[in-house]
Amino acid sequence: MKVRVIVTLKNGVLDPQGRAIHHALEGLGFGGVNDVRAGRVIELDVADATTDEALDEMCRKLLANMVIENYRIEKAA
Amino acid sequence: MAFTSAVITFPGSNCDRDMAVAVEQVCGGTVHRVWHGDADLPDGLDFIALPGGFSYGDYLRSGAMAARSPVMQAVVRAAERGVAVLGVCNGFQVLTEAGLLPGALMRNAGIRFVCRDVKLTVENAQSLFTAGYTAGQQITIPVAHHDGNYFADDQTLDRIEGEGRVAFRYAEPVNGSARNIAGVLNERGNVLGMMPHPERMIETAQGGTDGRALFESVVRGLVNA
Repeated sequence: MKVRVIVTLKNGVLDPQGRAIHHALEGLGFGGVNDVRAGRVIELDVADATTDEALDEMCRKLLANMVIENYRIEKAA
Repeated sequence: MAFTSAVITFPGSNCDRDMAVAVEQVCGGTVHRVWHGDADLPDGLDFIALPGGFSYGDYLRSGAMAARSPVMQAVVRAAERGVAVLGVCNGFQVLTEAGLLPGALMRNAGIRFVCRDVKLTVENAQSLFTAGYTAGQQITIPVAHHDGNYFADDQTLDRIEGEGRVAFRYAEPVNGSARNIAGVLNERGNVLGMMPHPERMIETAQGGTDGRALFESVVRGLVNA
């Protein structure tokens, strides 16, 4: 089973990388960009029997830092 | 009783030797070098130091992989028993990732790697690690990091400030850290994480000796305990 974990910074956490990307976009002449937040996508190939609880635990224990990040799990159809 | 310490080496640590030299010269006693894959620490440890560097290539997040390595389970247990634990730079990142210290260390606000001497203010001069300084004292210690931007929510920041757990503060903005926090203690006061490198300021040949008092404090605090 292919699983995609999307890790994003929590609201209110300053994102220096997102800000730098924002500046770079503006530097390239792209107007109208209000905000940029950078995150991380982690693709997992796991046994079909892997439970949602196990996936949650993987995210909480390692893939995301719950102090600063949120995560979202998407399962490939 | 001889002072017994351990310096942990993760794959990608690069300040472990400097740390071991500093501990050996200032604290004396026996310094064990411990590899990240070791599940057990030497017996009778007084002090554990997690060095700077780029453990596991900073993959995923700085300190994230190291915090889950076998030796860290033992370090967490030792910290819970009251053994003194110091994490410098990457070691600080590992301690936050391991949950021994609150908050997280994010990419520097200016995006760039910062490598220079910085002025620190000693905020708490009564801790195990800082008793050799005076409150409000300004010291000069080098930093060298990309991810030193200390973040915690306001509630956490208010709590650690109120409990005197901010050990050191940058005298000027360095990396975007919340409230210019440079070093944080745990609730019990036996774990300190800091981005600046005290082990690089222990003899005049290094340009200063402001880091010595930290190691001296630990020895004095533990011997008198």
